[in-house]
Amino acid sequence: MNEQKASDTVDVREFHPRARAALADPQIRQNFRSAMDGLMGKRRTAFEGWDLEALRTLGASVRQNALAHLPDLLEQLEARLTANGIRVHWALDGDEACRIVTDICRARDAHSVIKGKSMVSEEMHLNHHLEQHGIDALESDLGEYLVQLAGETPSHIIMPAIHKNTGEISELMHDRTGTERSTDVEYLTASARQQLREKFMNADVGISGVNFAVAETGTLCLVENEGNGRMTTTVPPCHIAVTGIEKVVPTLADMSALLALLTRSATGQHITTYFNMISGPRRGEELDGPEEVHVVLVDNGRSGIYQDDELIDTLRCIRCGACMNHCPVYTRVGGHAYGTTYPGPIGKILMPHLIGLDEGRHLPSASSLCGACGEVCPVKIPIPDLLVRLRRESVDGDRLHPSVVRGHGAKRSTAEALAWKTWQWVHAHPAAYRLGTAAASHLRALQPDRLGAWTQYRSAPKLAARTLHQQVKDRRS
Amino acid sequence: MSARDTILQRLRNRTGDQLPTPERDFTAMERPDWSTGDKLARFRSAMEPVHGEIHNCRGGDWVATLSGLLSDRRVSRMLVGSGAEPLATLRASTQELPDILVYDEPVENWQQHLFNDVDAGLTTTRGGIAETGSLILWPTAEEPRLTSLVPPIHVALLKASELFGTLREAMAAQQWSHGMPTNALLVSGPSKTADIEQTLAYGVHGPRELIVLVVE
Repeated sequence: MNEQKASDTVDVREFHPRARAALADPQIRQNFRSAMDGLMGKRRTAFEGWDLEALRTLGASVRQNALAHLPDLLEQLEARLTANGIRVHWALDGDEACRIVTDICRARDAHSVIKGKSMVSEEMHLNHHLEQHGIDALESDLGEYLVQLAGETPSHIIMPAIHKNTGEISELMHDRTGTERSTDVEYLTASARQQLREKFMNADVGISGVNFAVAETGTLCLVENEGNGRMTTTVPPCHIAVTGIEKVVPTLADMSALLALLTRSATGQHITTYFNMISGPRRGEELDGPEEVHVVLVDNGRSGIYQDDELIDTLRCIRCGACMNHCPVYTRVGGHAYGTTYPGPIGKILMPHLIGLDEGRHLPSASSLCGACGEVCPVKIPIPDLLVRLRRESVDGDRLHPSVVRGHGAKRSTAEALAWKTWQWVHAHPAAYRLGTAAASHLRALQPDRLGAWTQYRSAPKLAARTLHQQVKDRRS
Repeated sequence: MSARDTILQRLRNRTGDQLPTPERDFTAMERPDWSTGDKLARFRSAMEPVHGEIHNCRGGDWVATLSGLLSDRRVSRMLVGSGAEPLATLRASTQELPDILVYDEPVENWQQHLFNDVDAGLTTTRGGIAETGSLILWPTAEEPRLTSLVPPIHVALLKASELFGTLREAMAAQQWSHGMPTNALLVSGPSKTADIEQTLAYGVHGPRELIVLVVE
């Protein structure tokens, strides 16, 4: 299988051609529109009867407190996990994290890995790395499994195969696994169950993500509906959990607040079918569960984001996906147009830190700044403000203050900078300003009717015959 | 320097101002003090829409209810933990029951059998959560993790007196922060997915059916 290869060759800078292609594809438009409408409605219903604002404030304060004490919490988590018999590893970047996972697999002479859903592993391109080292990694979340069969990457962080409809999935499963063609979702699901059960039994290692890591008890929490997460973390003799360093919270009570917000915001569920809390490998007389549990704490750019008083809010994210479900741009162009691991609004503020503003130059601009993402965010990340900040970083960077964003200033152009310099100078000099506006009024006949993209769907604004200063003067006299 | 030390040093020596630590006000999550009747009603109204099946039973007659439910479903082999209860009650019962398989060996010795030949698994619970319709399971050596996961039907015994209003109430009452078991679970319905065009399908990797016997 060639999963992940697609993402390795995707050029994030080619956002515009991909977005244009997606906009011209009625099937993609329809698949996303109906899915996002459904998810928005479910979320609304799930919060009925709750003081949503108070809950969001709680969510934000829980995350802010956790971030304020992040280094202490990570040390506490490490100590608790170690005491519980879980081995803790630290990785500065994705490559190091991949090496750690591969080394664990090799030490066990493992050749087949079964995976639960993990966005951090997507961020690390873990499957590709394992494959290069002769280790077969199979996704077990149904959506991830389908995406892997298609050799694609997830188009949504919660619903990876949301870009496909039933007919397309039936065709895919028929081609790749020999399943009979059918539009019966139950049948397709049952076929996938059958195909994967065998794999769970034979896998040498199970790899999962982590939704919350609780420092006080040394507990890894996983949210899921299918049971594949439980299978992945229970059946194989070794379990490796990979997680970003920002996922740690101090107490179980903090976790309960985030859990309540996460599932309602993500899929409109009061709780998911399974909430799996892992605090150790098989112990004593226990008859099942992995004999070895490892955690890989992955930095991959996060400690950089942590340095900045404004950008640090990015690290509050609990990966619910509500921002993309409510984003008018995401709904229209779909998850693949971005070409990044995390699509949509959260991707636009997170990815520039992971890949740099040079490669991710179009991400902060791929937004209408309508503000919907910030309004629905369960932990109140000011996403629109951060988008504006990153836009400034991409044209200015160090001139604002020493920047923590890699590739800052990548979009700076001398012509644009000069134009704004001139604008600034003119507006600070009344004589020049009056001369400029008077000249513009006199020359209005020369103004073109077409102004590029601006007039594609609008008529061009016309310069007034008399300047505002002149009009005010007329009225006064 | 190790990755660990580098990461921790970067976090500790951050360049910005002191980070804010706003007060965490959990009031919005609090629920009224529901009576047992209220809790049962809420538990039901949360679990039934997600296809959990609930039956109220009095004392020992849960075995009769179980017998009826399992024979309707033609269950021929049921997995039960090795703990004293509910095994003793099942063995003492005169009801017609499927073959009882006791989970008393490491899974490695009989994995194929567990995955292929067991129709149902019966577990106790450590209580339930009314607000979200959830069962609390703390698997042990006497009631291993896979009992509630691999067989296509999961039957859970829940004492009505052990129903809590919210997760926070349950965690506080049972003092979870003093130490967690190797694996703890909240189970809120049968396994399901909506990954194919947002259409719900049940029993994708875990049980297709969840039956809760509420013992009053």
